[in-house]
Amino acid sequence: MESYEARIHSGFPEGKPDVSDPRVLAWLIRRSGLEMTHLSRGSHIGSVLSVAEIIAVLYTSVLNVDPKNPKKPDRDRLILSKGHAGSAVYTALAETGFFPVEQLKTHYANGSSLSGHVSHKGVPGVEVSTGALGHGLGIGVGMALGAKMDGADWRTYVVLGDGECDEGAVWESALQAAQYGLDRLTAVVDYNHMQSLTTVEKTLKLEPFEEKWRDFGWRAESIDGHDTESLKAAFARAKENAGSGKPYVILAHTVKGKGVSFMENNILWHYRTPQGDEYEAALKELEALRP
Amino acid sequence: MRDAFVRVLTEEMERNDRIALITGDLGFGVLRPLWERFPERMINAGIAEQGMVSMAAGLAATGRTVIVYSIGNFPTLRPLEQIRNDCAYHGADVKIVCVGGGFVYGSLGMSHHATEDMSVMRAIPEITCFTPGDPAETEAVTREMLRRRGTCYLRLGRGNEPKVHVSEVKNWVFPKALTLREGTDIALLSAGGILTQAMDAAQRLEAKGISAKVISFACLKPLDGETVREVLAGFRGLVTVEENTVTGGFGSAVCEIAAEEGSGCRVRRVGLRDCFATVVGDQQYLRQTYEMDGAAIAAAAEALMNEK
Repeated sequence: MESYEARIHSGFPEGKPDVSDPRVLAWLIRRSGLEMTHLSRGSHIGSVLSVAEIIAVLYTSVLNVDPKNPKKPDRDRLILSKGHAGSAVYTALAETGFFPVEQLKTHYANGSSLSGHVSHKGVPGVEVSTGALGHGLGIGVGMALGAKMDGADWRTYVVLGDGECDEGAVWESALQAAQYGLDRLTAVVDYNHMQSLTTVEKTLKLEPFEEKWRDFGWRAESIDGHDTESLKAAFARAKENAGSGKPYVILAHTVKGKGVSFMENNILWHYRTPQGDEYEAALKELEALRP
Repeated sequence: MRDAFVRVLTEEMERNDRIALITGDLGFGVLRPLWERFPERMINAGIAEQGMVSMAAGLAATGRTVIVYSIGNFPTLRPLEQIRNDCAYHGADVKIVCVGGGFVYGSLGMSHHATEDMSVMRAIPEITCFTPGDPAETEAVTREMLRRRGTCYLRLGRGNEPKVHVSEVKNWVFPKALTLREGTDIALLSAGGILTQAMDAAQRLEAKGISAKVISFACLKPLDGETVREVLAGFRGLVTVEENTVTGGFGSAVCEIAAEEGSGCRVRRVGLRDCFATVVGDQQYLRQTYEMDGAAIAAAAEALMNEK
């Protein structure tokens, strides 16, 4: 039987994708996200598809991390605060060598380490387990504060959901980050404009969103969260921000379900699992997008 | 207890520069010596307890022991999910410290009565819960807590409690219960600052010719089951005493062991009986009103003795 890895990597020259290219890694995140939610009958494929480029750019072009030494003291810390997009991070870690790609097929499975919401237990490269929203930014504030107290250079990155920003705890942490001048802390919001039941705008409006962050003492910018070059440039500006005394937030405008036409901006695909004809149709669309 | 805690913490912070403290905008007078001495390791999180506890977990992940300091229910019930997910699940070296366990802030009203924290914190896995009964026990458990890695909860009373132990608690062996008074007829098992009332009850019982043993459980979790089993085997009756709801707290923990042991020892639980304290009053007044002062404990013990 064909291995999981062979199935995901088929179609690349010699079955070996160049995972140092963020567009390739983003594609693999989508492809594996589809496969993992298909095999497990799991949910949140819409979020995985929206966050794909953000995670891919972080792992290819931003984070100082080493798959051979996942706990090295001076590594950058990434916290996926929107833990339900866990399969995106699992894929990035597996594809960049933290653990075997083959393990991804155990996502959600009985006895696996790869829970639906991202977990650090038994998964090299994951800093913290999340899943309850509104926790990740606070943990990141603590890490960035610790680095600052130690005079260390490493950085802390926190990926938030837009719906997650309904949580009051996010704004407690936003105030605290600004108060302590954590300019090596970067937050990225996967701003896909949809949450669990309907759009962000029909749930709790976040706009004017950039201004909100600025009013809380952050530097903020908005970009196209599917354009890997824009993401790279934004992360570079966030890096240069060290010394400003202010934390940095990137509002990455994305499309929920990006890459599969019938999933895009369709609330159904927050929970729905891709099976049967839908799985085949989604696979066909993704194959057509292979970089 | 508060002052004993600050005294020990000051010593330990002097010795270990990896201890930091985060306060939820409280402890103005109490923490002042620490602010003056270690300004770079003292953090005010503001009135934002959820952010405070997540931050503590993150700060602990940078190789620190982090004390989270607040009063009443603010460091426990408010950020409970952050304690469970961010601290306990990650084995974060975070020490949650509550000043004002029970009715310490009695007259301030229900919001400030910490009367479920022992039950709630005990229910979360991988948290060590300390419930010292007096300043001497506070010193001992604070030292132990700062030696241990991982998430802990320390429930304190107020400042200026009377000492119950006549001298320091030396060489305390975690998590052993401490016997304050020997007795043969009945045992009073106490957890937390209500120990003074258990001692008072023992004196009242003595006047009636009943000999009561008093044991303080300065560690609620893990509970010293060995001592509980000795009491179950050696006494016909025991009374548990806590300034906390009788639901799920110390008394429940003792009953869990008693039920599993199947001993003939009968148990009565003294504590808040699944209700809110709605009467206005100071700590002692509320203890009396809700039947957990010395007289009420003695009455419960006597009634138990008289049962066939």
